[in-house]
Amino acid sequence: MHDDDHDHSELSDTQLRVRALETILTEKGYIDPGVLDGIIEHYEKKTGSHVGARAIARAWVDPQFKAALLDDAAKAIASLGVGVGDHLIAVENTPARHNMVVCTLCSCYPWDVLGLPPVWYKSAPYRSRAVMDPRGALADFGVTLPAETEIRVWDSTAETRFIVLPQRPPGTEGWSEERLATLVTRDCMIGMGLPRPPTKAPA
Amino acid sequence: MNGVHDMGGMHGYGRVEPDADERPFHASWEGRVLAMQRALRFARAWNIDMSRDAIERQPPQRYLAASYYERWLMGMETNAVEKGLIDPDEIAAGHALRPGKPVAHVMTKDDLGQPFTRGSFSRPPSHEARFKPGDRVRTRNINPPTHTRLPRYARGHEGLIEAVRGCHVFPDAVTTGHGEDPQWLYTVAFNGRQLWGADADPTLTVSVEAFEPYLEPA
Repeated sequence: MHDDDHDHSELSDTQLRVRALETILTEKGYIDPGVLDGIIEHYEKKTGSHVGARAIARAWVDPQFKAALLDDAAKAIASLGVGVGDHLIAVENTPARHNMVVCTLCSCYPWDVLGLPPVWYKSAPYRSRAVMDPRGALADFGVTLPAETEIRVWDSTAETRFIVLPQRPPGTEGWSEERLATLVTRDCMIGMGLPRPPTKAPA
Repeated sequence: MNGVHDMGGMHGYGRVEPDADERPFHASWEGRVLAMQRALRFARAWNIDMSRDAIERQPPQRYLAASYYERWLMGMETNAVEKGLIDPDEIAAGHALRPGKPVAHVMTKDDLGQPFTRGSFSRPPSHEARFKPGDRVRTRNINPPTHTRLPRYARGHEGLIEAVRGCHVFPDAVTTGHGEDPQWLYTVAFNGRQLWGADADPTLTVSVEAFEPYLEPA
């Protein structure tokens, strides 16, 4: 549709267009509205970053699992009983290196382990800055890294997907996997944050 | 195509702002748009590359003014018409004016029980991979007016092959009617100063996932 209609961004207009498209596709037998309800429920209730957080916490307590995760993240996470699509790559933060993930061209993101991406991840400010000024983007989220830390940015330009394995926070010795998972934020698995310090663990 | 969607390295878009509202959908129509897209992909009406291509072809002022799911809506309308599933007069009328055409599979409630994991885009290779980890390569300086996954900021630069990621559907081919034309995919890493000049962060390394036709030996 390359028409001259520039009023598309008005919400009411968008709602009408969505309704019209759903009506047409339904009447022509391409989709079933009841199935759409089920798809929406899946994304609202089942997906989310808890899947990734569980894998990260396991990697922090289980060296064998960590090695498996870094070798083939999709296979390793599948061993936890969670279905993950092909070509998921885990990248490890170390004292010397911090990883960040972006999709400059669209919004590629590991839905299976992190859920739907946040708005900021899909936004022009993040997509434009992450590859040229990652420290500036991190500063917008209040994160400052040592000047000598290497920054590695992964631009997700194909069907490979990335998840960051953050460093385990100090002061968590002896913590259970479940408790550690509460420190793993979505943003730290994108590389736009660090895990919560143990003092900030949710009650 | 050299569109506004290719945002890496642009200035002027401002600060990255955390989401004020973390719900997956901020209006009910957003969920309908995502679900329609999933169902139509399931029906094999088009693939993921064709979805991206249709969004990138929207006029730039329209792309930038639209929210994320508004872009999806525009892309779906474009694809549904171009693939012959619906006609423009039906969009104008708001309902079907003609019967539907056969599609590969209409998604049913039974399909909801299947895992929602990402589909695979791996395909058997037709030839050996040309490059191996450790090889120096240069990205080609290409400017196709059609869909490509080599961002502008990464064109014409020397980088290092870090990993071979298998052989996948080639987006540049499948969106231009040339079939899946599977190609080897590589992680190619560039020094930040190579990409952005002497003022770049000296600690920065950026990688892209590059298909073999984007690369030549350095």
